[in-house]
Amino acid sequence: MNKQMTSAQAVAHLQDGMTIGFGGWGPRRKPMAIVREILRSDVKDLTVVAYGGPEVGMLLAAGKVKKLIFGFATLDAIPLEPYFRKMRQAGTLDVMELDEGLFQLGLKAAGMRMPFLPARAGLATDVMTYNPELKTIRSPYADGEEVLAMPALYLDVAFVHVNRADRLGNTLVTGNDAYFDHHVVRAAKQAFVSAEEVVEKFELTKEEARFNTFERSLVTGVIEAPFGAHPTMCSPNYGWDMKHLKEYSDGASEENGWANYVEKYVQGGEEQYRENNGGSAYLASIPLPAL
Amino acid sequence: MTTSNYSLAELMIVAAAEAFRDNGEVLASGLGIIPRLAASLAKMSHSPELLMTDSEAFLVEEPIPVGPRGDYQPKYSGYMPFERIFDNVFRGQRHAMVGPVQIDRWAQTNLSIIGDDYNKPKVAMLGVRGLPGNSINHLNSFFVPSHNKRVFVEGEVDMVSSVGFKDSRWSEHMRRDTMGIGLTITDLCVMDFKGPDNAARVISLHPGVSFEHVQNSTGFALLKADELKQTVAPTAEQLKIIAQLDPHNLRSKQLKGNPAGVRTAEQV
Repeated sequence: MNKQMTSAQAVAHLQDGMTIGFGGWGPRRKPMAIVREILRSDVKDLTVVAYGGPEVGMLLAAGKVKKLIFGFATLDAIPLEPYFRKMRQAGTLDVMELDEGLFQLGLKAAGMRMPFLPARAGLATDVMTYNPELKTIRSPYADGEEVLAMPALYLDVAFVHVNRADRLGNTLVTGNDAYFDHHVVRAAKQAFVSAEEVVEKFELTKEEARFNTFERSLVTGVIEAPFGAHPTMCSPNYGWDMKHLKEYSDGASEENGWANYVEKYVQGGEEQYRENNGGSAYLASIPLPAL
Repeated sequence: MTTSNYSLAELMIVAAAEAFRDNGEVLASGLGIIPRLAASLAKMSHSPELLMTDSEAFLVEEPIPVGPRGDYQPKYSGYMPFERIFDNVFRGQRHAMVGPVQIDRWAQTNLSIIGDDYNKPKVAMLGVRGLPGNSINHLNSFFVPSHNKRVFVEGEVDMVSSVGFKDSRWSEHMRRDTMGIGLTITDLCVMDFKGPDNAARVISLHPGVSFEHVQNSTGFALLKADELKQTVAPTAEQLKIIAQLDPHNLRSKQLKGNPAGVRTAEQV
């Protein structure tokens, strides 16, 4: 069994109009090498599901997104994702804006093959007003409480980035937080995982094996992508690249800013990408942020 | 021992720390420098029972100083990744202090968009983030660095991101007892929503600030608490703890011009 493939082979599974989800959280451990591969592809009309970071802004800037289902879209130190702001204020973006916890429950429902999971989050707020597809349900028990029935967020394809993987699809997230990647892959029909390092077959200690957060049976493909989360953080390997994120963000308010970014950072492929960002030794030295 | 030599930011930190008093063993989450220092001060002084994280994924019993850490070594006591934060929220054992962009008379807040058209907002902001779930599950307090009518709006906030006391937004079968509104700390005063029918009340005024000034800076009617006081000045001990928690003096950069805590009416 060998699930290793290239980013291009993984992205070839995408079709126009699909619903795709991303792991990570804001500017943290996003599968950016795969995102750059999607940017180089012809796929369009995607519904994107994410605790959004720059992957959301880039796919928006490239005109690949029909609808965005999000908990937020932020670069943290730059509070609002610049292209998200731009498209939102232009009124051209179809959105489903969810509470962060509801978002998780939607993925979890999909992973459990349940039509919905109950929650209180969203009740008595405009999350209900602007998402008329969200319905409430009465508890069938004595309490009779009315709660929100968060519908399953089914994904056609999920993309996540991890620290280590093997060719069988076993993965390790060794950073401080696994975020919600396990729910993202469980909600998807197919999941493709990029990793800083891919080995033939894991031979781990028990202590290491505890950093495995989802089963290989959920993984369709494994892609070796060193610095594949850059410019987002991949703890403990490297921090987010503020210089790069700022250049990217500034581009949103410049004429041809996005086209310039694509030319400089997307078109040339990953090896060129690493070179244009200072080379692997430099990328490995980007410190983790003090939060 | 009290001193008159303190900044407005320090006064607000001490006032905001009071929001976390007698909360029990809840996770205290202060979002932003002043709320975080407030929660940390509360834990370091009157409320050691509070739970706190390193703002990433670990619990600490000694709050971590804000800004670059230098030689400081965090001492971890447990694990609290994002998923467990949600578990904690759903269980109701948390108190968050957040800085919304708008607050209305019903204690509803907005962090999502500014403007009349949700689909084409004048200003897109952070989004509702965790506010809907936080607000209906646990205690929430508000931090407002600039008290004015753009924040404390006349009508309802543009996008209701957190729940409040507006009856028409609730059905009779929804549980309302799981929500809670704590204190609102602004650069002018401290307020709560504990008047009749959860009306907003001013409970203390910062030195040099009049009730009329607060009312004129607010888009809805305010009540005076029965015992309207002056906001209690920081003690020397509290200032010392704040300085330890904020070795780079980031607190001096949070309010425009870093005003003194004691101001004349003209300076306010």
